[in-house]
Amino acid sequence: MRMAETLAEGFPDLSQMTVARQPHWRRWLAAAGILVILAAVGRAFAGGQIEWSYVGRFLTAKVILEGIINTMVMAVLAMAFGIALGVAVAIMRLSPNPVLKSVAAGYTWLFRGTPLILQLLLWFNLALVFPTIGIPGLWSLRAVDVMTPFLSALLGLGINQGAYTSEVIRAGMLSVDAGQYEAAQAIGMGRLRALRRIILPQAMRVVIPPLGNEFIGLVKATSLASVIQYPEVLHNAENIYYANSRVIELLIVAGLWYLLVVSILTPLQMLLERRFARGYLQAAR
Amino acid sequence: MTQPLVAIRSVSKNFGEFQALKQVSLDVYPGEVLCLIGASGSGKTTLLRCINQLISIDSGGIWVDGELLGLRERDGRLHRLTSREIARQRLKTGMVFQRFNLFPHKTALENITEGPVQVQGRNGNEARAEAMELLRRVGLEAKADAYPSQLSGGQQQRVAIARALAMKPMLMLFDEPTSALDPELVGEVLSVMKGLARSGMTMLVVTHELGFAREVADRVVYMDHGAIVESGRTADVLGAPREARTQAFLSAVI
Repeated sequence: MRMAETLAEGFPDLSQMTVARQPHWRRWLAAAGILVILAAVGRAFAGGQIEWSYVGRFLTAKVILEGIINTMVMAVLAMAFGIALGVAVAIMRLSPNPVLKSVAAGYTWLFRGTPLILQLLLWFNLALVFPTIGIPGLWSLRAVDVMTPFLSALLGLGINQGAYTSEVIRAGMLSVDAGQYEAAQAIGMGRLRALRRIILPQAMRVVIPPLGNEFIGLVKATSLASVIQYPEVLHNAENIYYANSRVIELLIVAGLWYLLVVSILTPLQMLLERRFARGYLQAAR
Repeated sequence: MTQPLVAIRSVSKNFGEFQALKQVSLDVYPGEVLCLIGASGSGKTTLLRCINQLISIDSGGIWVDGELLGLRERDGRLHRLTSREIARQRLKTGMVFQRFNLFPHKTALENITEGPVQVQGRNGNEARAEAMELLRRVGLEAKADAYPSQLSGGQQQRVAIARALAMKPMLMLFDEPTSALDPELVGEVLSVMKGLARSGMTMLVVTHELGFAREVADRVVYMDHGAIVESGRTADVLGAPREARTQAFLSAVI
């Protein structure tokens, strides 16, 4: 055997040499091609029949601003409702109790299995089924008064969102190591306390990216509430173009607002992710 | 003679077709350190988990501090305890896991105070002071604010021991506490356990560390295929085993 002190010949010292840059000519070509296509599309739109001055004028119109605020209010409330429902249903789904389990599975099946727009229309037209709502003999209200566009949209979007969110939360709970639940039990925690203190906080870390996805989807799904007269941004844009016939211009206005809102949500999600990554930063990166 | 702290009588447990425990009976007396040894699959971990009711037994009975676990006798019949009552019974035992199972979203200190504050309803400041004292005891007072991911395996296991001790258990269960550790980290965990043994804690330790057993254990129990093959004073079982199976296991391990 050779001793380690004498190294073999024929392997030069590379530490003083630099690595040459690769010429990425294919990337340059692709980028040039894309620029040409973008220029062509841009030229087509510039010369098309779009009155850009209308876009600028209506972008900050009062009705449009009210619309986007209504959109955001509805998205946030429906998401909060959806998360609350989703957590409860996920816990039921994973409980050892067969009754709770079936109720949770049935809920998910029903509300994931029918189109959202159909559910919204059902809630809005609930008065056709139940003309009055209340406790018989004590008090009652006319369903038409209760089922306003706002409440119908909130119930429709929130309950539908809950069905999807419950699956996301359940996936997050399943991703937590079984040893965590045992450790929680070993220090005397019951099931619900272990879920609240130990399992769910760890599940949140995994759940936030898909939940962000769900929320972005929900922001845009609020536009479906336009069919039940909820004054969100698309509904208000439509009302304007019914009057002035500037259809494309107002659709562009609404589209720009959705883009802006979604663009703001992405960094917010990053902040949340960082909050729930406590204790993982070293391990994960 | 004093009463045993843990009395195990004819305990059996099956996982489907697999008989994990067959008619196991054993006593553990207060202040005793008892090591359970045996090949993997011999039932020693299952027995430990039954004592902490992480697994329910199929037949037989386990008493801790004179109290029957998981069941209550009423009108000549046995009734299952509620999960709340089982959680209360678990407070008598502390458990240390092979893979530590620290809560990764909580600091070392928070891991230790979680049980006393959330479960026992103790005052936060008091619990934190006691947790710091426990961290000092396991030599990690400087790591109070570190998250588990920032600690070595040996440090994590020492925090896990402190977390179990914070509940002031009468009995400590150790499930192969050093099996998941790099060899150079085993010593620090064993020395914490030795200190605990000297302080008079009753300990039931599933281990492959025969050196630790020889030094610390009062008694050693050898299990094979779900049954206790041999048990007795440490020097006798490890030094002059009577059963052929024990002899074979010991010569294979050493």
